[in-house]
Amino acid sequence: MTDAKYPRSEVKKDKCKGCGLCIAACPKKVLVFSPKLNSKGYHYAEYAGSGCVGCGNCFYSCPEPDAIIVYLRDYDPEKEV
Amino acid sequence: MRKTVLRKPKGFNDVYKHKPGAEKDRTHYCPGCGHGILHKLIAEAMEDLDIVDKTILISPVGCSVFAYYYFDAGHFQAAHGRAPAIATATSRANPDKVVISYQGDGDLAAIGGNNIIQAANRGENIAVFFVNNAIYGMTGGQMAPTTLEGQVTTTTPYGRNVDTDGYPMKMCEVISQLTAPTYVERVSLHDAPHIRKTRNAVRKALLNAKERKGFQFVEVLSTCPSGWKMDPVKSMEWVKEKMLGMYPLGVYRDKGEEAKVITRPVPILEPGTVWEKLGISAEADVDFPRGDVPDEYRKMSIRVAGFGGQGIMVTGQALASVALEYGYNVSWLPSYGPEMRGGTANCSVNIQDGTIGAAEAVKPTMLLAMNRPSLEKFEKTIVAGGTLIYNSTLIDIEPERTDIKVFAVPITGIADELGNTRVQSLVNVGAYAAITGMFNVDHVIELLPKLFKGKSQTIIDLNAKAVKAGFDYVKENF
Repeated sequence: MTDAKYPRSEVKKDKCKGCGLCIAACPKKVLVFSPKLNSKGYHYAEYAGSGCVGCGNCFYSCPEPDAIIVYLRDYDPEKEV
Repeated sequence: MRKTVLRKPKGFNDVYKHKPGAEKDRTHYCPGCGHGILHKLIAEAMEDLDIVDKTILISPVGCSVFAYYYFDAGHFQAAHGRAPAIATATSRANPDKVVISYQGDGDLAAIGGNNIIQAANRGENIAVFFVNNAIYGMTGGQMAPTTLEGQVTTTTPYGRNVDTDGYPMKMCEVISQLTAPTYVERVSLHDAPHIRKTRNAVRKALLNAKERKGFQFVEVLSTCPSGWKMDPVKSMEWVKEKMLGMYPLGVYRDKGEEAKVITRPVPILEPGTVWEKLGISAEADVDFPRGDVPDEYRKMSIRVAGFGGQGIMVTGQALASVALEYGYNVSWLPSYGPEMRGGTANCSVNIQDGTIGAAEAVKPTMLLAMNRPSLEKFEKTIVAGGTLIYNSTLIDIEPERTDIKVFAVPITGIADELGNTRVQSLVNVGAYAAITGMFNVDHVIELLPKLFKGKSQTIIDLNAKAVKAGFDYVKENF
């Protein structure tokens, strides 16, 4: 099932600088540039909504510390501290 | 424990509170900057290796100068190229800490070239992350030592010409020629698999650093989309196509199991112990009661100037040392040419009760001029109402200023009469004591054995006469 809730990539749109490195690094091509602009004027990256396999490439390719969060397959929000 | 979520690592500060402006939740780096990627890998490794609370990061000059905004670590920011020197001191003074030196290619390979080689050669317990993006990024994309042959930069508009600019500097190869380094690897950020390899290299270097296994050097091929004038994705391709050929990836040195834990002599950090070693009392004791010092002489900024060999520095040191015994705050700052004797020399001395700011006496309240060039040069710098003492034996001109107090004292002559020109310094101190009322001559004489530690009694006695002679001359003539 590729449309399960997790794994899932989440881009914080206002922290994204629109460099596109996550989009290039995504093996499943499930990250895309938004046609919209964020508060800084960048076309931010966004998750297409399904298809993430939780590889983490987008997270590690992203130069911003806090622009991308990847929830892996075993993620359980109940267990989050 | 396996991670179930990848998010901002704990090696970063929650909020970048020292970063100016409103955006304290994101970096200053340009879109697609390799620094950000490497920062994340380091911050993650800091968290995973549980060294957040024991990491000290030395930031360089370059775009990553602001690493201190982001990392939840102790920080020093070093002068250009000097991060390995600061890291050396930090590591030796804090043997239980993990010290990271983060440098760019202009910083490490150009201006700091020798710093990194010496630190590597000593096998300092530091982890160096060397970001190679083939240009000076922060200053606008000039040629760096690592710029590729033919690469166009703002300072090589026709491309780097090896006949005039030399060849790209391969730092991993250079460093791995040395015996001491423990681990040397070149990695790249140009795609996700290589970012993973970089991640492993970062972790290995930091683990070694945590275990104090000597010098770790990780060169990271990175991008500068702004400086290269390319979009971030294209710039990653450029690294792959152009840089990998010149800078082969791989491990250049790994001592592995043979890596030793390197321990240095234990530093002395107890002030009391340091003072004891230096023969100084740890107590801020005041040996002498102060006399009646007129207000104008209570905050002294003194320039002592002459030529080398006239005892300029000794005069300054003696003034400062004696004032210390009266409980003043003092500073002494020498300035002289490369010659030991015969060149021009001067020093600045501050004596006051408050905190001393700049040590240089730019606008002195007192000038002690020992020869004519010094008088000519510094007379105009004395503050209005200040004091000039000049050596009338050697200076055959009159001072021009009328808004200062002037004392013409034949300092060299007085010393010669005592049989040794070299006692001029203490003649100066005697004259100073007489003019300012700050020192009691007997106190100065009492201190002479301390000032001239290891000198014979004859010399001490002669200097005692010199102090008295300088003092008496001023008292009798002014």
